[in-house]
Amino acid sequence: MPGHPFRLRELFRLRKEIPKPLYTASGFVLPAVLILLWWAVVQAGLIRPLFLPGPGAVLAEGWRQLEKGILLSDAAVSIYRIVAGWLTATVIAVPVGILMGNFRIFEGLLSPLVSTLRYVPVVALIPLTILWAGIGDGQKILILFIGTFFSQVLMIMDNVKNIDVSLIRAGQTLGFSNAEILRRIILPAAAPAIWDTFRITIGWTWTYLVVAELVAASDGLGRRIMDAQRYMATQTILFGTLFIGLLGLITDWLFKKIGQRLFRWNEGRR
Amino acid sequence: MAEKIRIERVGKDFDVDGRAMVAISEIDLSIAENQFVSIVGTSGCGKSTLLNMIGGLDEPTRGRILIDGQEVRGPGRDRGFVFQSYTLFEWMTVEENIRFALEKSALSKAEKSEMVAHFIEAVGLSGFEKAWPKQLSGGMKQRVAIARALVYKPSILLMDEPFGALDAQTRGMMQELLLQIWTDHRVTCLFVTHDVDEAIFLADRVVVLGSRPGRVKRDLMVDLPRPRAFDLVTAPEFMETKRLILQDIREETLKLMAAGAH
Repeated sequence: MPGHPFRLRELFRLRKEIPKPLYTASGFVLPAVLILLWWAVVQAGLIRPLFLPGPGAVLAEGWRQLEKGILLSDAAVSIYRIVAGWLTATVIAVPVGILMGNFRIFEGLLSPLVSTLRYVPVVALIPLTILWAGIGDGQKILILFIGTFFSQVLMIMDNVKNIDVSLIRAGQTLGFSNAEILRRIILPAAAPAIWDTFRITIGWTWTYLVVAELVAASDGLGRRIMDAQRYMATQTILFGTLFIGLLGLITDWLFKKIGQRLFRWNEGRR
Repeated sequence: MAEKIRIERVGKDFDVDGRAMVAISEIDLSIAENQFVSIVGTSGCGKSTLLNMIGGLDEPTRGRILIDGQEVRGPGRDRGFVFQSYTLFEWMTVEENIRFALEKSALSKAEKSEMVAHFIEAVGLSGFEKAWPKQLSGGMKQRVAIARALVYKPSILLMDEPFGALDAQTRGMMQELLLQIWTDHRVTCLFVTHDVDEAIFLADRVVVLGSRPGRVKRDLMVDLPRPRAFDLVTAPEFMETKRLILQDIREETLKLMAAGAH
């Protein structure tokens, strides 16, 4: 706030904007405090390194993996699985969700089934997926697909339903056909919300990575974590977990930036 | 004057939890070409439903609606529609929104550009051609919607509480603008509102609908001279018309309250 000194109480006004640098910086505070706490606890010898290795040990583990080349190859194979699983889910969920959101008959036909399958625990499906898809990448991608698709399709249905019905009516008064309204009005109107759904659902796909690589995998970020469990390599587990978190954060940021570019018209008033 | 719209014993039922609810019992109206008609009434009198049926967005349960002697069977480009919500296509600029309405027209590209430019100027949005709808105020958005509804030269303009979401000052300006546009581009205009001042100020004729079920309660001509300016609302003739309509609406509201609907 130029002109007058910034007062602390201005941070605690309901729904008030705060300076942008302050907002960005505040996001680093909690992680920094946690890391500091973590470091202090280990340094003071309060916890044995087997249960909680220090930040230094975890970083060293990351460096070791990077030097041996396993980090990048693990990441590559996991990212491939994520992208393949999420894309397969998305390519099907978008048209199906659009149909469900616009035609009651498709909603009636599909939503009871989809809503049920959404609650099926994915871990429980591992044996079946192996039976169906073998032990190769196909099985991992199938797990990621199942974990993503059913909720995604319902979200896209809602995205489509949430557009202002008057937009459709306006299209009708202008003489456009149903197919034209669907393609040129409903789809672009729902696009920013659908993009948000993409951003949220690829986050879910990331969270299913370890489940996907739980059984019958020889590589991947999730596999590395599961292997480490056997040798009690706590620093490997911690590093792997944090690294997946970091990749998820980057994915999220990318989606956000691309979304801002794609939907410039959707920004508020300048 | 020639008859433009004929509403013949039109009724509309809605399905509420499996039971038929009569929204409009029976309405008969004949609207002359280029007439400006305001439709007022309490909420639930079916005024928007009537407008939607004329627009072809809704079908009557009983009776029929004729435009130039032809029965309405869906929306058509002989009618322009302005809704209460802004209904702009937010991924298109102001210019693109208006041009979108011309896509089904046989005009050449140059003619289309000319029409778009003409209507942008008519609604006073010159300089905002490339703006995104989200950058516009409510009044400006509704001006784009009016331009979009008129650019393909419909002979009827249907407006469903188009200024309902605007503040009082903007609303007054929009009313004068609308009259200006209507003077320059004569069309038959049906204007639904719950604002009695607005209804009288704009119209040649005010139709008051009664509630539950909707029917015509009063149909009166507004013989006030045009062009009209904002101070018309203080003229004695205006006040007398307003008194009659307010009385009608009050009666209907009291009936609704007695029935426990409010």
